[in-house]
Amino acid sequence: MSELTLTVMRLGFLAVLWLFVIVAVQVIRSDLFGTRVTQRGSRRTAADTRPQQARQQQAAPPQQRQQPGRQRRGAPTKLIVSEGTLTGTTVALQGQTITLGRAHDSTIVLDDDYASSRHARIYPDRDGQWIVEDLGSTNGTYLDRTRLTTPTPVPLGAPIRIGKTVIELRK
Amino acid sequence: MSVVTNTTTIGAIDAPSRRNTELALVAFAVLISVFAYANVGLALNGELPAGMLGYGLGLALLGGVAHLAVRRFAPYADPLLLPLATLLNGLGLAFIWRLDQSERFQALTTFAPAASKQLMFSAVGVALMVGVLVALKDHRILQRYTYISMLVALFLLILPMFFPAVNGAKIWIKIPGVGTIQPGEFAKIIIAVFFAGYLMVKRDALALASRRFMGLYLPRGRDLGPILMVWAFSILILVFETDLGSSLLFFGMFVVMLYVATERTSWIVFGLLMSAAGAVGVATFEPHVQDRVTAWLDPFAGWGKEAASEQMAKSLMAFGSGGTLGTGLGQGNSDLIGFAANSDFILATVGEELGLAGMMAVLLVYGLIVERGVRTALAARDPFGKLLAIGLSGSFAIQVFVVAGGVMGLIPLTGMTMPFLAAGGSSVIANWALIGILIRISDTARRPAPAPAPSPDAEMTQVVRP
Repeated sequence: MSELTLTVMRLGFLAVLWLFVIVAVQVIRSDLFGTRVTQRGSRRTAADTRPQQARQQQAAPPQQRQQPGRQRRGAPTKLIVSEGTLTGTTVALQGQTITLGRAHDSTIVLDDDYASSRHARIYPDRDGQWIVEDLGSTNGTYLDRTRLTTPTPVPLGAPIRIGKTVIELRK
Repeated sequence: MSVVTNTTTIGAIDAPSRRNTELALVAFAVLISVFAYANVGLALNGELPAGMLGYGLGLALLGGVAHLAVRRFAPYADPLLLPLATLLNGLGLAFIWRLDQSERFQALTTFAPAASKQLMFSAVGVALMVGVLVALKDHRILQRYTYISMLVALFLLILPMFFPAVNGAKIWIKIPGVGTIQPGEFAKIIIAVFFAGYLMVKRDALALASRRFMGLYLPRGRDLGPILMVWAFSILILVFETDLGSSLLFFGMFVVMLYVATERTSWIVFGLLMSAAGAVGVATFEPHVQDRVTAWLDPFAGWGKEAASEQMAKSLMAFGSGGTLGTGLGQGNSDLIGFAANSDFILATVGEELGLAGMMAVLLVYGLIVERGVRTALAARDPFGKLLAIGLSGSFAIQVFVVAGGVMGLIPLTGMTMPFLAAGGSSVIANWALIGILIRISDTARRPAPAPAPSPDAEMTQVVRP
């Protein structure tokens, strides 16, 4: 084997090895740049990838159209845990019900002595408004300072307290 | 929504399952490994090696089976863990085969061709990983076995004490007809389950009950109990099995998990002080550990007199001879290291034949595996999964640091193996299982929350609007 071939292979191997590392890093880019900025006007095109949201938009009843301002402010896209042991956890809101509690099959498993196993759930009603409901917990669920007795709509940024955990809905 | 305004929304990019990315990367990893294999053959004999097709097919089969299992049983898992592990395993096979071809290496009395055995062990490892994915539907099941796993891990760690020492360290058990097993590699995973389960329950007591002193939170005396127990136990391993590596690994893993569970920096300070005190204390009276420290402080002093420090010196020379771009695959002289060149010292071969550039790439691949593990821990939605993922990736990171640091002369050499790269059945099997558990946790963490079940009442009931 000629010296030249071996040198080319040696450098080629290093290049291929580094290419693998770079491709791998490209794959995890979304961790670093994990947000995307979408123009509101172009939501229709983006809706193709989110069939659930698209259905909600199309099915929005006329009353909703009359209050466009409220709808714009009141459409949270994620749920954030802002206090407690799970601080920083976020869950994207895509029309699914989110259950909270100590039970292992909850969407957010609370490790909190003051939480019940099935403590509360957060779900969208038919108009896309997010509702929080206490599931008969021992210590209660608080929206701001008031203890919940009935399913209540959640305003953006209002703290929902469950034991030592605080949850907010954000855009 | 259809009103066009200039406002923008900032939202998280939806995490697709990315299985096709994984498949492409696994194929890439297999191609790189086959390239390495062909390069070794061309450099040594001037022709493509005869076993290239079988080796490539074997590795591709392993990667493919593992990928299909992930696609079937963990569809939302992280797309990088499997390709990174496949690449390291494939490169390890190529390096082991390269050392098998060396005449100097074949002249050793302890020589036995290791490449085909390593491929077999990799197959067992991948089978175990698939087994983990099939049997472990949810990692939270492991939480039930917190204390049982403690007992099993203790048993596995104590077992080698009753078997004769191999090369100065009692970390092996010999089963007639099966071969030797290094139970510490498996204990590493099992004890992470115990630490995660235990700390999840006890972390409030460890984090909250403390006094503040000079900017550090000092825990109460009685809360020091668990860390003292683990410390004492790792010292016992060090004394009775003379295995610095496992001892560092278990104590380090506990401190990492304690820190993550309690968010108290003081545990790190305590941990570093205690491990330093323990290592210095044991090194003063344990001759085997003393030898390692002497070989570390001045490897060239024992040239021609003492095998341990001569080996260390040869490893350093291999790194030096590699330089920046390396001598090229199959063209180095790292086989001079002799015994253990393809296990503990395999990084010396990587460093010589791929140079600093290749070494950095390999270390980055290890780093990426650890990063994916930590990312999995961050994304996990339950505290047990968080702690288990951080424990497993932490132990992986500590092991890579301890081995790489030892071979490069940064810290005293310990008898541990480089995960996936080094020849050794227990190591490769246990690490595939570890990757399997991480894949399972990341699948649970990245899986979108289940869609709500359609409730028959929803259509009938009118919500009273305020």
